[in-house]
Amino acid sequence: MPELNLSAVLPELLLAVAGMLLLILGVFRGNSGTRLVLWLTVAIFAVAFVIILGSIGRNEVALGGLFVADAFGDFMKLLALIGSAVTLIMSLRFIEREDMARFEFPVLILFATLGMLLMISANDLLSLYMGLELQSLSLYVVAAFRRDHLRSSEAGLKYFVLGALSSGMLLYGMSMIYGFAGTTSFEALAGLMAQKVAAGDAPPIGLVVGLVFLSAGLAFKISAVPFHMWTPDVYEGAPTPVTAFFATAPKVAAMALIVRVMIEPFGDLLAQWQQIIWFISLASMVLGAVAAIAQTNIKRLMAYSSIGHIGYALVGLAAGTEEGVRGILLYLTIYIFMNLGTFACILCMRQKDVMVEGIDDLKGLSKTHPLMAFALAAFMFSMAGIPPLAGFFGKLYIFLAAIEAGLYYLAVLGVVASVVGAFYYLRIVKLMYFDEPAEAFDRPIGREMSLILTGSTVVVLLLIIVLGPLLDGTAMAAASLFEG
Amino acid sequence: MILQGLAFYLFAAVTVAAGVMVITSRNPVHSVLFLILAFFNSAGLFVLMGAEFLAMILVVVYVGAVAVLFLFVVMMLDINFVQMREGFLQYLPLGAMIGLILLVELILIGGAWVISPEAETLAALPVVPAGEMHNTRALGAVLYTDYVYLFQAAGLILLVAMVGAIVLTLRQREGVRRQSIAEQNTRPRSEAVEVKQVPTGSGV
Repeated sequence: MPELNLSAVLPELLLAVAGMLLLILGVFRGNSGTRLVLWLTVAIFAVAFVIILGSIGRNEVALGGLFVADAFGDFMKLLALIGSAVTLIMSLRFIEREDMARFEFPVLILFATLGMLLMISANDLLSLYMGLELQSLSLYVVAAFRRDHLRSSEAGLKYFVLGALSSGMLLYGMSMIYGFAGTTSFEALAGLMAQKVAAGDAPPIGLVVGLVFLSAGLAFKISAVPFHMWTPDVYEGAPTPVTAFFATAPKVAAMALIVRVMIEPFGDLLAQWQQIIWFISLASMVLGAVAAIAQTNIKRLMAYSSIGHIGYALVGLAAGTEEGVRGILLYLTIYIFMNLGTFACILCMRQKDVMVEGIDDLKGLSKTHPLMAFALAAFMFSMAGIPPLAGFFGKLYIFLAAIEAGLYYLAVLGVVASVVGAFYYLRIVKLMYFDEPAEAFDRPIGREMSLILTGSTVVVLLLIIVLGPLLDGTAMAAASLFEG
Repeated sequence: MILQGLAFYLFAAVTVAAGVMVITSRNPVHSVLFLILAFFNSAGLFVLMGAEFLAMILVVVYVGAVAVLFLFVVMMLDINFVQMREGFLQYLPLGAMIGLILLVELILIGGAWVISPEAETLAALPVVPAGEMHNTRALGAVLYTDYVYLFQAAGLILLVAMVGAIVLTLRQREGVRRQSIAEQNTRPRSEAVEVKQVPTGSGV
């Protein structure tokens, strides 16, 4: 009988219990308690962060083999917690201003984050699905949180319908894999695959089709092309802090999930899934670069930008090596800080108490808000991958891994796509610095916003200083995925 | 054995026929009723396989709750189904083509289906021999022990679904008259009832 080993799931237990208690607190305090619930949620995230940070380097299986806590998962969990906590802090002013300050908002974000932690730690197809659904269901609700706005309701509904479809594909693929292997445990599957490959058997067609369905379902969740159609509409329609949330934490979690599923149970079937990942990676990079050029809404632009970034990160997975996974971890770390900073800027785009979302509204920002323009320019340069900013190193290690794995075409095409993509990032910089100022944005932007902006700008500008330790950390995390 | 085979073909044929009727019948109420028929026959199939717990759950949950909910929605909401069906024929050729391709693919995969010889030993739970323990008990024995994590996670998902439904639909409306029990109970008789002396032969 496998053990429960509850000490390994302490952060998740904490989040689950805290979520229920905060729900009760919120019900008793009513919507006047939103601020309190929100800050308590952030505090819970901080505690979970500290617990995970304290136990980093562990490698344990818990809850009867359904849950694994390893360095890879811990690293991704830390990123997800940062993303959730920072977006919650950013959303406080917005939800109070836009009349959506209800206590359920932080609680739903907390449950979504719990779902992310569970899916990052999944060690079985069943726990993968449970974590994914807990996360997705909370996300559908927060996307439609401004239910009186047509756009927001549309975003929630669209996300829900397409998300349900992708869950269906995921389950279908899982059932086929189970039908072949008779087990859903990642370890047992990995053992079986290794045995088959060692015996020189070609994997049966049913298993490969199951794997294809599984990757299609997961590609939906990370919004990789050709499963990206929902992304621009949902990003545009959802309330801006929710969009910021979508672009950071869930992306990291879903990416962790697809990496773990491909490398752990199906690592020996690299030849089968490499071409799938190769294709969706390339298609995402190209579409992210080309389709973003024509956008005029900054949230849609960020949606295409995130599709492109997922494409770059997937290059590391297509390599299928430890270096590749290390590249993904580094890339996602940088990605999350760039996105948090950019969305902090977007949340400050208000003219006369009305949120604006047009790219043209950024014109001449350097004259009206020099510091914010500087920060946004740093994020844009970093996203375009210009050295010595953080984004450059993310791309560098990804493409190095691809070249080492012999994926020359993918690396070259990726670099080309990133040059094309640089166009629209630099266009924003041009608008801010060389165009005549439009109407200035409202001040003050708030102390927490200034703090988040400063923090993420410092990370993006000065990552080069801590690159050594960060590389060690990501290498350790990546190694933990391969040793099992 | 023959009886079992006959029962299987009976249940399977009725299920498929009912499924076709669900999507082709013009009246949505008929659709829901055919759906219930399909559920009942699927439950019959489960019983044939020895999964009596699943069969009962299917009847209780799907027929008892989900299908009845569908009926409520169909009857209470004023949805113009004829209008929703417009354009159905327009997409029929494309949909039929995709469906056909999928069907052929599924047949090809199903025909070449291989179960790995290790599957039986890898299976996490041994199949309970018939007669030794009934389904419900076998499920209960693992659901709250080995799979307690998944059970609790499912509970959390349902909690989120409930919170979500409340968040998205509950709203405070102005001018709604609510029942206040306390107010009703403290109301004195003199306020509520007016006693009139009505003389015989004349109205109030």
